[in-house]
Parts: sequence; C-alpha cells; structure tokens
Amino acid sequence: MATAFSAPKFAAQPFTTISPTSQHKPLKIPTAASPFLGSTRKLLRLSSSSQLNLRRRSSGSVFAVSDVVKEKKPTPIPSLLITKEEGLELYEDMVLGRSFEDMCAQMYYRGKMFGFVHLYNGQEAVSTGFIKLLKQQDSVVSTYRDHVHALSKGVPARAVMSELFGKTTGCCRGQGGSMHMFSSEHNLIGGFAFIGEGIPVATGAAFTSKYKREVLKEADCDHVTLAFFGDGTCNNGQFFECLNMAALWKLPIVFVVENNLWAIGMSHLRATSDPQIYKKGPAFGMPGVHVDGMDVLKVREVAKEAIARARRGEGPTLVECETYRFRGHSLADPDELRDPTEKAHYAARDPITALKKYLIENNLSGEAELKAIDKKIDELLEDAVEFADESPLPPRSQLLENVFADPKGFGIGPDGRYRCEDPKFTQGTAHV
Amino acid sequence: MAVIFQGVGAAAALASSPSNSFDSNKSVFAPRRSFSVRKGASFAVVRSDGTVNLNPKDRRAQLLISNAVATKADSAAASSSSKPGHELLLFEALLEGLEEEMERDPHVCVMGEDVGHYGGSYKVTKGLAKKFGDLRVLDTPIAENSFTGMGIGAAMTGLRPVVEGMNMGFLLLAFNQISNNCGMLHYTSGGQFTIPIVIRGPGGVGRQLGAEHSQRLESYFQSIPGIQMVACSTPYNAKGLMKAAIRSENPVILFEHVLLYNLKERIPDEDYICNLEEAEMVRPGEHVTILTYSRMRYHVMQAAKTLVNKGYDPEVIDIRSLKPFDLFTIGNSVKKTHRVLIVEECMRTGGIGASLTAAITENFNDYLDAPIMCLSSQDVPTPYAGTLEEVTVVQPAQIVTAVEQLCQ
Repeated sequence: MATAFSAPKFAAQPFTTISPTSQHKPLKIPTAASPFLGSTRKLLRLSSSSQLNLRRRSSGSVFAVSDVVKEKKPTPIPSLLITKEEGLELYEDMVLGRSFEDMCAQMYYRGKMFGFVHLYNGQEAVSTGFIKLLKQQDSVVSTYRDHVHALSKGVPARAVMSELFGKTTGCCRGQGGSMHMFSSEHNLIGGFAFIGEGIPVATGAAFTSKYKREVLKEADCDHVTLAFFGDGTCNNGQFFECLNMAALWKLPIVFVVENNLWAIGMSHLRATSDPQIYKKGPAFGMPGVHVDGMDVLKVREVAKEAIARARRGEGPTLVECETYRFRGHSLADPDELRDPTEKAHYAARDPITALKKYLIENNLSGEAELKAIDKKIDELLEDAVEFADESPLPPRSQLLENVFADPKGFGIGPDGRYRCEDPKFTQGTAHV
Repeated sequence: MAVIFQGVGAAAALASSPSNSFDSNKSVFAPRRSFSVRKGASFAVVRSDGTVNLNPKDRRAQLLISNAVATKADSAAASSSSKPGHELLLFEALLEGLEEEMERDPHVCVMGEDVGHYGGSYKVTKGLAKKFGDLRVLDTPIAENSFTGMGIGAAMTGLRPVVEGMNMGFLLLAFNQISNNCGMLHYTSGGQFTIPIVIRGPGGVGRQLGAEHSQRLESYFQSIPGIQMVACSTPYNAKGLMKAAIRSENPVILFEHVLLYNLKERIPDEDYICNLEEAEMVRPGEHVTILTYSRMRYHVMQAAKTLVNKGYDPEVIDIRSLKPFDLFTIGNSVKKTHRVLIVEECMRTGGIGASLTAAITENFNDYLDAPIMCLSSQDVPTPYAGTLEEVTVVQPAQIVTAVEQLCQ
C-alpha cells in the first residue's frame, strides 16, 4: 500500500505519452504555455470584465454524461460570483491554510513535530472552495494531507497545532498526529494514513445520512459527506468500489479528487492508463466534472452544484480538481523530480494571489483590509504555537484510555477483576 | 424460585430471589457478577410457573440475565416438552438474536453479500429484508474491503452495523479496514468516535470445501489492538454472544463455524446475553483442564466420553472469548487440575492456542505439573480430499491420547 515515504532518487526526463486509443488527444506534461492535461475546455480566466457571463455552465462545469444531471437554464445573474463577506471569508480561510502550513514547516525543522508531515501549500482553493459551503453537520473525510481540511472545517488552529506537537490538548489528545486529524464536533472523520482507506469510511458516513432520512425518518436529514483524496488514490480498488456503491444507492457524497499530478515521485501520467480522472464518474453512473483547482471561485461554483445534488438525494458526483502542491510530498521529500517549469507554471496561478486580485479589481476589498486579515492570521498562529508549546505532553496514564470505547474489552485478569478495574490501569501501567 | 434453563444445570448463581441473586452468589464467578450488577444489569423476573413478563414497552419488566454461564452436568441432553424455552438450530438462534436487536434498536443494520433477498448464505438473515427493508438489510456488491469500511464509517456516524463476511476467509480482503480503521480509529481519534460494529461470518474447516474456504482467521486478527473476538459454539451462546456483540460499544468479531449451524438446542424464551469476555464451563472436572472453542468443543466432548470410561475426569472449558482471554476462569481451572490441554482448530503457528499457551505460562506457571499441550491443526492448506482433510484437524482419538499422556 502506498504510505508516506520519499521516493528514491533517480534522474528522470519528462516525456510525452501518447494514448493508444484514437479518441484521446495526445497528452503532454503541462508547460508554461499549454493547458492542463485532461482539460478539454479552455480555462476561463476570471477578469474584471463584467460583460463575461461568469455563471455560464461551460466554465469547468458539470460534464453531464449521465442524464441524471439536469442542465440549468441560464438565469439572470449578478456580475460577480461572491459578495464581499464571502470573498473575505474565502480569503481568510486560504491565508489561514497557507500560513499554517508554512508554520508547520518551520516548527518541523525546529524539532517541534516529527514523523511524516504532508503540507497543503498550493491546494488551498480546493479545501476552501468546498468546505466553506458545508454545514456543521456535514462530514469531511480526508487523507494524510489533512491539516487544511481540518482548519477549513472549523477545527481551531490551536487544536491542530497541539496535535502536531503531540500534546494532550490536541484534537486527538496527541494520539493521532499529522495524518489522523479527527473532530467529532466538526464532523471531520479523519485523517487516514493509507490512501484510499478513507473513501469507504466517507461512503459509510453518507450511508448513515441516507439511513437517517429513510429508515429513522429524520426527514430533514440531508447531511452531505465530502471525500478528499489524490490522483494516486484513483488507481486504487477502494476508489472504484466506492464509486459503484455510492452511485448504486445514490448516497449523498461528493468525491473530490485533488489531482496534483504527483504521488510522491510517481507522475500521474506514468501511473494511469487514462489520466482523465473525471471520465471515470460516468462509467459508474455519476457525473464527472473537471475544474481548475487553482481558482477558488470556480471550485466553489462546481462545489455548490455537487453538494446541492447530493442534498437533493440525486446521488454522488466525481469532481476532479486540477491543482498542485508547491512543496514536496512531505517534509522529508527532496522534491527533485518535478520540472521547475511545471512548478513555475503553477506558482503563477497561486490561488491566494488570484483571489486577492479578484477582490481588489472588483472593488470587493482593498489592500489594507486584506493586509489586516494577513496580520490577524499571523497573530492567530503565533497564539496557536504558543498554546501548543505550553500544553502538557500526554502522561503515561493516557496510554490505555481510548483503546476500547468500553474498557471491559481488555478482559478479565487472573484475579477475577476486569483489567480496567486495576488501579494501575488509569496510570497506564496495568498489565493488559 | 429457580430460573430453569435447559442445559444450565446447577445454576447456583441464578437461584434465590431475583433482587439479590447475584450478590449472594458464592460461586467463583461472584466478583464479576457484582461488576455486572454495578454496571446496571437487570434481573429476570421469572415466576415459578415459568412465565416471564416480556412487555417490550416496559423496560424494567423486560429484564436481562447478564450472565447465564453456569455449570452443566453434561452436554445438552434430549429436551422434553414440559421444560420451558424453545428449541431451535444454531443459525436460527443467531437469526433470533439479530432480529431481536434490530427490533430493539432501529440503528442496528446488516450489510453483506446476499444477506437481503437471499437470506444469507447460511440463512442467518433469513426474512429480515422483508421485515426491515432493503436499506436496513443491505445487499452489497462483492467489495469486502469497501463495504466493511462503509460499515465502519456508518458506525462512526451513529449506526450499529452488523457486517457479514459470507465466509470468514473473504474478510482477508477487508484486512485493511479491520486492522487500520476498525481497531484503531477510536484510539487515533482520541476517543472521539466509537465503532460499535459487529463483523461476523462462518469460518473453520468444513466438509471438503477446499483450502481457501476453510480458513481460521482468528489467528490473523488476534494481534489487532482495539477489537474483541468471540467464537460461538452452541445455539445458546450464539444468540447470547450475537446480542452482546451488537450492544457492545467496541468492535467485535464474532466467529461462527460452518459445521455448527444445524446444532439443535433448547434455549430460554426470555431476553438474555452472554458476557463477551467470559469463558464457559462445559464440564467441570478434576484431572485435566481442556481449553477449546468452536467446533473442537464437540470433538473434545466426544473424547471426554471415552476418557470418562477410562476413568479420567476432564474439565472442559469453552473459552469463547478469543480476545481477550478469560484468565480468571482458566486460571481457577489450572489451579485445580494442574494440567492443561488446548484443543483448537487454528494452525499450529501463531494460532489462538499459541497465545493461550503463552498467557497461561506467564500467569500460572507455578501451578502446572506438566508442560501445556496444545493440539492444533496442521500447518498445511486444508486439502480437498476427505481423508487428508480429516487428519489436518484434531480428532477425538488424538485428544484421548494427549490426555493420557498428560496425566501419566
């Protein structure tokens, strides 16, 4: 199974792959000038021109191969996609994500956190674009690259930072770590280390939502689950098995593929027979959508439709977000395989810079206000690090707690008492 | 007034008035009984005419017997119609337990291959889909890893699924989900999510089913932290363990055996559960402790008949709880007989018997007069040919020889 470890070094030249089947265009690794592989639509660049019909469905929108998705009639629309409040909320969330991850890198190199840490820099538009549309009761399932999903879902930065420091005030009491962020309050159902293993769990959460509505007769239960995972996962059996089940039972779930083209050192093109992941949705009976994942507004538009579809009970959607991670796979990855031109291409499409430009050009906000948000986030993170630093490490007594929800599961000792009744159990030194 | 159950003989624990029948018990089970009492287990109101108040709406009237393990004089003999309770086969007992729990709690649901319209490949879920609907008794596609994971996700978000592996061996495909998610997520989430899932299915060596359908997964799963494993062997404990597993907040793997589904026994009419962590005393004795579980219990009882004729007095304990071991029942037995024989269907290497041997040696070495003997299946893939299959598993004759050797 793929786990987080850095690839061995070897020299590699980027090469062009030609798909053997004639219906596919030859696919190239994107250079600064060429469009993203897999996109058969031109990217619609957001500009300040209000004459552009920004709500037109063709902008990276639903590929309605299955007839389940209804085509929306064009309605009279405002010229902007977001209000000022929404814009600032999106901006703040993305800046929080970016700054948090940068702070993580700093703390890691200072020896405050250990192990495998996977940073989300560059992909913020996907997390913000999707998760900011959810209600508290909706669920999010992620992978090991889960810090920013946790923050977007509402888990306090203090709790996430403490968890990374391994402190008992962390969101998982220090027992989970970077790759296992959970929050029952915010319905963040992980944080998984093995890729693909979260998707069935997400499918289960969606199943519960449907069950509550149809069996338990909680008529207003329309909770949606979002499952985030990468391009590498899309070659894994669990992905396909869950696409099948979700479409079969019309589960309220959205499968969000964060296609950043690389699975550690394995290029998506070298691993996948048909790299256009969104096409795999219709094969299972759900719409497959491709969207520019570096543009938070486009992601948000697609997300709105996909989430609304799920809430209406029409079933799942597969959304492929073209995105990129600015850093290596993890903090242990030297990141030597990726072409610098490719990196520069995506750096120029930094989602935060793009949103900032949009806000200013459309008079939704000004430099000063945005700088104030930046400062606020910096202070928030300082506070988070301080809190994490000062928090206590988990004591020995925490060792045996939480292994079982019902600690009788440790069994009955030779003296006839349950092991959990042993006074040493709460000290963490009982023999179990 | 005594509560009478077929096959639950001496029942010292269950005699005397209901209000303090457990506290006044002087049997070796007393400490655990009182623990059950503290945890709020209720008492059965069984009147002397054998009728029971079973009004489902009145919670206090429908009471449980939380631990009905007691001594049995011999294996379940012929039932007589004058005794209370009802007779059924083991798979029907499982079905009954499952159905009762589904009626009791609407969050209990079933997932698996062919559990719905087909009624289960061993008929354990027969009729449930008609009664509870297709969503509550879910026919899944053939995707063990994913539907087990789906069950885990559902358990984390409020449901209580019972996932069926059509054959336990198929759950090898679900090992990722069982090990990583089922066992670990309660811990890695810092206790935020519970996973009250039951994973069950038939395993063990059948009649010439071939190597892959004859696997014993208990040995593979036993190292997974955070799960409990139980093995049922009689209709009585099948129903009891099924109900206890469903009610437990922990993930429980319930091992059934392909050859035991048609065992017949008379079980009580009233609600009862069997404690998940306790072993079952099948036959008390003085000379040797024989620890076993699942199908091997019957081979052992068969050997016991021969042994009794030869003048031996074996104490037979069905350990039932494969993880964790009930070291109290086992320990008391070892302290009495000083000789241990383990008879299991697991492979020799890394099986339940191997762990049990280690646990007994660690805890009760001073009480042993002889090294522990462990009879397990041969470390071979189960052959198709009947003659070969027969010699891969432990047969009663080997058990008799082993006891004779131990008791020299």
